[in-house]
Amino acid sequence: MTTTSARRLFWWIVIGVPLAAFAVWALDDNAKQFCSTLLNGITLAALYFLVASGFTLIFGLMRNVNLAHGSLYLFGAYMGWIVGDATDNWFLAVGVGFASSALVGLLLQVSIFRFMQGQELRQTLVTIGISIVLADLMLWWFGGEIYSFDPPRAIYKSIPLLVIPKYPTYRVVVLGIAIVIGFLLWWFLNRTRVGMMIRAGVDDRGMLAASGVNVQRVFAITFAIGAGLAGFAGVIGGSALSISPGEDTRYLLASLVVVIVGGMGSIPGAAIGALLIGLAEQFGLSYAPTYGIVFTFLIMVLVLAFRPNGILGRRTA
Amino acid sequence: MSAAEWRRAMNTGAGRRAWSRIPGGPEAGGAPPSSATVAMVAAPGIEARIGALLGHIRLRHVLVLAAVLVYPWVVNSFFAFQIGGQAMALGLIALSLTFLGGYGGMVSLAQMTVAGVASYMVAIFGVAGAAQGGASSLGWPWEIAVVIAVLVATIFATLVGWLSVRTEGIYTIMITLAIGVSFYYLAQQNYSIFGGHEGFNQVYAPTVLGINFRDPIPFYYLALFWALAGYFFVKYLLRSPFGIALQGVRENPRRMNALGFHVTAHRVFAYSVGGVLAAIGGVLMVWYNNRVSPGSASTEMMLNILIIAVMGGMKHPIGAFIGAIVFVLVQNFAIDIIARERFNLVIGGVFLLIVLFSPDGLLGLWAYFRDRFLSGGIQSKFKSAEGG
Repeated sequence: MTTTSARRLFWWIVIGVPLAAFAVWALDDNAKQFCSTLLNGITLAALYFLVASGFTLIFGLMRNVNLAHGSLYLFGAYMGWIVGDATDNWFLAVGVGFASSALVGLLLQVSIFRFMQGQELRQTLVTIGISIVLADLMLWWFGGEIYSFDPPRAIYKSIPLLVIPKYPTYRVVVLGIAIVIGFLLWWFLNRTRVGMMIRAGVDDRGMLAASGVNVQRVFAITFAIGAGLAGFAGVIGGSALSISPGEDTRYLLASLVVVIVGGMGSIPGAAIGALLIGLAEQFGLSYAPTYGIVFTFLIMVLVLAFRPNGILGRRTA
Repeated sequence: MSAAEWRRAMNTGAGRRAWSRIPGGPEAGGAPPSSATVAMVAAPGIEARIGALLGHIRLRHVLVLAAVLVYPWVVNSFFAFQIGGQAMALGLIALSLTFLGGYGGMVSLAQMTVAGVASYMVAIFGVAGAAQGGASSLGWPWEIAVVIAVLVATIFATLVGWLSVRTEGIYTIMITLAIGVSFYYLAQQNYSIFGGHEGFNQVYAPTVLGINFRDPIPFYYLALFWALAGYFFVKYLLRSPFGIALQGVRENPRRMNALGFHVTAHRVFAYSVGGVLAAIGGVLMVWYNNRVSPGSASTEMMLNILIIAVMGGMKHPIGAFIGAIVFVLVQNFAIDIIARERFNLVIGGVFLLIVLFSPDGLLGLWAYFRDRFLSGGIQSKFKSAEGG
């Protein structure tokens, strides 16, 4: 017991002291840059959490590494853009982003993945094929242009925050949305009947089926929610930045790294992983521009070296 | 059981993989040991070995060899270079994936990244045109640059292996994909070493003994030589104690561990071997393209290698090359079938169909049709060959 806590303390010191030293130096050197990087990191983490939570939800229950997750992100974003452009209603666009991706996810689960239960590698290969086809279809339809959303003015201005006189409100809103979604997911998984079934399925699929639950329906619901979250994040992220071909790969990589670091199948793990990766990416970009990605990678290597299943991952087959 | 018996037992099960079904039926796993294995185990004499080796050569082998040798002389330079040379180079990279995935049970998407590292090293250490943003190549002779490139790429592959063997199955795909995409973004962001978005231009194949390897036919033979070398090397390695132990690890790591094999070491070494193959392929690719940029190791290229390997079939080393030839043909002639920009749709669709309906790729399709329509009884000619 004492050795564990001693070791934990050792790691806190080894990792924490240099980070604290860096923070003190950076605050002293340029407080504004440090604070804005910190805020950017946290808000980017919020976006990553939105994307990765769906990915990890699907993986946790179905052991399906959905490499088409990035395509679902982009698909939701495009669908949301069409509706938002036609109706001038951003909130409707968000809803459509969720619904359209959820529908595609549902179709995929019902028409393809249902027939490949247990063949994990094959499912993964299928998702790769789907992502290639989807990416090309979307490129065909929407071209290479960059699309941007038009959110309501109220959330698209700037407010003073910390030492920064003008910080974009929208980024703070994204953070708020992520927290709300995180809470909703927690509530859904821990307080509802379907959530209970999902959690039971994560632990033991066979036992859940044996207790008379229609596992296929639980799978379909989970896949729809996970895919829908990707589309939802597509509209949210597309409003923060923009949507263009290639974003699918970017957010697929983000979800991959976030869930590898945080622990696959764990929602709190996704939150921790997103926070780490978001901060690392922004600080890397801000303080070591051409090596920014190396920090992300380094975190992944360190986590894999010492905790192969991720920070909150459990050892399951 | 004696060691020889164990090896034989391991070798026989080679055709099986957990995630796919053999169209011929499950009995293939329990098929009697192939003649090659028996000959190898029973007769260690060198003459007998050569005899067994020659006895293994069939008419189709001779025909294929003759065809690939004559090929550049009967077609125009476009077919020799763009189709032949590129297919051999890509096939070599895909072969490294077939080796890792088909025989080691580790599907690594980072093989194209390993090849990309080798390509970059050829440009960085060898002679290349000035790159944007201050990155410049050292201008060393090509022999040294190539050796360093293969060495660095192999070390890189070993590190990738060391990192990813900590996980298993689908996790490996995720981690290697993450590593590959990270390298892509690093090469794109970094101007001081990797030359940023543009990368390096004017990386030319050398002229040796008056033969300019930039010319289509010499390049084709260069690529063919390394493709054949890689192919026979893999075939040889799969019959060596290491290869057989690796297949044992794929089938059941715990049992192999209990037998006293170092599972992790076998896996990491497999990554190193695959790294050498991919690195040579990467050197060929940079000479083929005359340039290297982040796009050379993009997600799309990484997936292309996977498509090639899976499309051809991962049950036999030849699948990688069959897949590469089909892939390059589709890539070049998609323009005639459907608009050029829709190439990804065609190849992605073909890939999807193959994964959905024939997990063993074109080889599996061929085996299925042969069993069904040709000599129905001898279904294991192909399968017995693949063990050795």
